[in-house]
Amino acid sequence: MAYSEKVIEHFEHSRNVGTLDKEDPNVGTGLVGAPACGDVMRLQLKIGDDGVIQDAKFKTFGCGSAIASSSLVTEWVKGKSIDDAVKITNKEIAQELSLPPVKIHCSVLAEDAIKAAIKDFQDKRAKRGQAPAVTTQPVTTTP
Amino acid sequence: MALKFPIYMDNHATTPTDPRVVEAMRPYFEESFGNAASRNHAFGWTAEAAVDKARKQIAALIGASDKEIVFTSGATESNNLALKGVLEFYKDKGDHIITLTTEHKAILDTCKRLERQRQERIDELKLQRLMELTGRDVSTDELATLEIKHDLEHDALLARWVDKVRVGARVTYLNPKKDGLVDLEELAAAITDRTVLVSIMLANNEIGVVQPVAAIGKLCRERGVLFHTDAVQGAGKVPFSVEDAKVDLVSLSAHKMYGPKGVGALYVRRKPRVRLAPLLDGGGHERGMRSGTLNVSGIVGFGKAAELAQAEMAAEAKKLEALRERLWKGLQAKLDLIVLNGSHEHRLPGNLNVSFSYVEGEALMMKIKDVAVSSGSACTSASLEPSYVLRALGIEEDMAHSSIRFGLGRFNTEEEVDFVIDLMARSVSALREMSPLYEMAKEGIDLKSIAWTAH
Repeated sequence: MAYSEKVIEHFEHSRNVGTLDKEDPNVGTGLVGAPACGDVMRLQLKIGDDGVIQDAKFKTFGCGSAIASSSLVTEWVKGKSIDDAVKITNKEIAQELSLPPVKIHCSVLAEDAIKAAIKDFQDKRAKRGQAPAVTTQPVTTTP
Repeated sequence: MALKFPIYMDNHATTPTDPRVVEAMRPYFEESFGNAASRNHAFGWTAEAAVDKARKQIAALIGASDKEIVFTSGATESNNLALKGVLEFYKDKGDHIITLTTEHKAILDTCKRLERQRQERIDELKLQRLMELTGRDVSTDELATLEIKHDLEHDALLARWVDKVRVGARVTYLNPKKDGLVDLEELAAAITDRTVLVSIMLANNEIGVVQPVAAIGKLCRERGVLFHTDAVQGAGKVPFSVEDAKVDLVSLSAHKMYGPKGVGALYVRRKPRVRLAPLLDGGGHERGMRSGTLNVSGIVGFGKAAELAQAEMAAEAKKLEALRERLWKGLQAKLDLIVLNGSHEHRLPGNLNVSFSYVEGEALMMKIKDVAVSSGSACTSASLEPSYVLRALGIEEDMAHSSIRFGLGRFNTEEEVDFVIDLMARSVSALREMSPLYEMAKEGIDLKSIAWTAH
């Protein structure tokens, strides 16, 4: 099975690998997958009170396609509003990376990671009695 | 000497054909192209003589007589022939096979088919019995419900019918011990008066564990049960003789011992004589056990490969074991949290199977693309299940996903091993730096305490 050039590029030069402070109220952490299944993805998003994603970091245990999917979404979500970020689908990720059918679950995982990170951020706000963050101004940056 | 890339360290998958083997085969494509079954002209005689020589070379490698070698298309066919052929021929004696859960798929899937055939026959008999009991036609869909309603489990007549079933087999799959070796007491306990065959491999293709075949053979002989061993990985690598092992059937493959692909053999004991029903009907070649024109060039190559393996085994095993230990010690010196899978002591000299915790095997292979190895990771198989061999040893799924199999062979060098040690150390460290599991483990989080979202 050959890998697509984009998978190789994101695997060999992974973007935004790292860790954000999970105690920071503006950081949402999504941890999805399971070690027994061979892939675990942790996506962390730093989100402003205006609902715009300022930074994204990931760490992934998984195959090359899982790592590439994570790297790709960190690039995509940066600068996006959380409303737009949750609209990213696994299909778009799979298409961009030309993932074969057996690797589609990697893109599903990446989509789930975005949703989980945003949910964690909103849950944190709710705990502090804040309303969910919503984007007030149109965002111009697109990946 | 400068290294040549990519480096091949996957010698359990296949081996390069030794140049001396290629040289021996060459004449049998052009000038000596004859059919070994042509009895009436020189072309046939030349081919037959070449096949006879190869038969002797292969027999000598395993301490057998040349009359006991049946050529096949490879070890998958040899395994199929041994199991299906014995079960069919000895169907009046019994119908029970004992094997290991860590056997090659050519054994396990053959066993599954034999089990299915028997079950299908029993289901037919159940339908017939239900038709008698209900006095009407009964469809397969109704079987499950009517079977309970009419209590077929305690139906004396059906039990007598089932007792007469002579197709397929019943199979016991033994789990090996944690080190991959068969538990001899469990094996002894599993043998019944219906057991006709025990099939346990000489050496495992993933973890390289070498089974105590002499003890298994002795046990089988005492209990009057035939013993088959899939010796594909072990023959020519570790000392093995059909007399010492008291083995009745042995599967061999040329391409795992520096011979060509597409040719294998089945050793079938003559004293005491072991009989087989053939899989293929036709010209009655190979004493009726395997019809089909012989692959003369392939067989010549197989013979040469066997001769070389026999002559060089002792020195080669010593060299490979030294390389293997150099690799293992080198990895241990540079990396923590790595685990050797399977017995260290009872192991093929060229095999090293290691789990690199918190790193996924396929990603690791992608990182070390200059080196050809294998992984037990699910991502390398179509099934998305990690290695069933490692799972059978009780190894956790995440560690199975993290495994790499190194298969050292005749043409590997110290320089290559040293390069691989460095490359592995760098690659594992880099992937751990991006592994959330490694970070969590370092923070002291028990990964088992987390409610993972399995998908």
